[in-house]
Amino acid sequence: MNWDVIAENLPLYAEGAKLTLLLAVVSLALSFVLAVPLAFLRNGRVPAVRYAVLGYTLVFRGTPLLVQLFLVYFGLAQFELIRASVFWPWLSSPMVCVLLTFVLNTTAYSTEIFAGGLRHIPVGEIEAARAYGMSRRAQAFRILIPGMLTRSLPLYGNEMIMMLHATALASTVTLLETTGVARRITLNYYIQFEPYVTAAAIYLTLTFVLVSGFQLIQRRWAGYLESRIG
Amino acid sequence: MLKLSATDIHKSYGTHEVLKGVSLQAKAGDVISVIGASGSGKSTFLRCINFLERPSTGTVAINGEVLATVKDRDGMLRANDRHQLRRMRSRLAMVFQNFCLWSHMSVLSNVAEAPVSVLGLSRKDAIERAKANLAKVGLNHEVLEKYPSHLSGGQQQRVAIARALSMNPDVMLFDEPTSALDPELVSEVLRVMQALAEEGRTMIVVTHEMGFARHASSRVVYLHQGRVEEEGTPDAIFTEAKSPRLQQFLAGRLQH
Repeated sequence: MNWDVIAENLPLYAEGAKLTLLLAVVSLALSFVLAVPLAFLRNGRVPAVRYAVLGYTLVFRGTPLLVQLFLVYFGLAQFELIRASVFWPWLSSPMVCVLLTFVLNTTAYSTEIFAGGLRHIPVGEIEAARAYGMSRRAQAFRILIPGMLTRSLPLYGNEMIMMLHATALASTVTLLETTGVARRITLNYYIQFEPYVTAAAIYLTLTFVLVSGFQLIQRRWAGYLESRIG
Repeated sequence: MLKLSATDIHKSYGTHEVLKGVSLQAKAGDVISVIGASGSGKSTFLRCINFLERPSTGTVAINGEVLATVKDRDGMLRANDRHQLRRMRSRLAMVFQNFCLWSHMSVLSNVAEAPVSVLGLSRKDAIERAKANLAKVGLNHEVLEKYPSHLSGGQQQRVAIARALSMNPDVMLFDEPTSALDPELVSEVLRVMQALAEEGRTMIVVTHEMGFARHASSRVVYLHQGRVEEEGTPDAIFTEAKSPRLQQFLAGRLQH
């Protein structure tokens, strides 16, 4: 075993963990903002819009994230039109490609999770909101969104963990996040076990923090569902 | 002046006409029980008053203000101005058969919600009002922070009544408020409703509880197949029913 190498490279791991967190937090934050309205459209009245959202979530849930990432990062570069466009400075950056792909991917899953939560709100609760004269806006912000999010919490918590772990794929397009750092050390020092086990420990720690936070949120806002779960 | 007037309400589902022209008028302090067999259209009628169901024709007026409507493409009426609809709905507080409390909110938040988000009360005033109304329906401070699902059915329905009271409504609409309750919980809800009736609240109560209809209401309306078959004072309805159908209905009810 060669743990000295790991000790020497701890600052590198710290940088990697920071990038992992950044990728996860930015992807999840952007996707949350997108998925909430998309979940409403997914259950909306206009069939064309409903099917458009379903089509989007099917495509992004139906293909591997790694393939999506390669298509965006390597695939788009094949087209002259894109290389000549004003977007190229962004689309040639691995960081932008990774975030774009992650957001598109996790938004697809989150949209379906939230849309499912929305469908689980009892019709009577929505009727009561209408019967008491609530505006559309009040219905959405006071009844529908809180009801949807609290009912989605367990599934959405899983999606957040999956997204955190999926950031490891960013290492395939040159980003030095946690997994990228581990991989670089394996190549520089010809050891395999220690670098990856260290990366795994970092993911485990981050997951633990995420899960603990989630349990707090669940206890605070979704306590009303507890009797039904257990 | 009439608190509520619903005139010639028709409602069809496809070719099936559920309401064939039902009218009802309530003065301040009237407690009107609407009785009838299942499928007579009594709940549909109540839900047409606040446009949870859209009638095919008919008019609804609250405090003399007529709700402006237009015919929709599906042949049903639709409120012309959603602001007017919301304002009128906020004057008609409804109590549902299945309580329909907002399950993600505490009892206190359930009762304080609409006064804040619809009437524009401050959070502080709404909570004060909510606490007073919860006390009025016999719920003490122990339940304030509980979720509805942690209460008994009778308690939940009393929370729902407190929620309705907190709107200071002109008319309260009760849609079979005791039908979803276990028999031993019915009386606690009926007692609260009786107290409201005695207090002079204007109430329209769709109910299977003949005891309430007879002893707490000022007028009873018997619906049969989407029409008002007979209406009158409780005494007139329960002791001198003219319509053979009503006599038959009451005979069947009193046996049980």
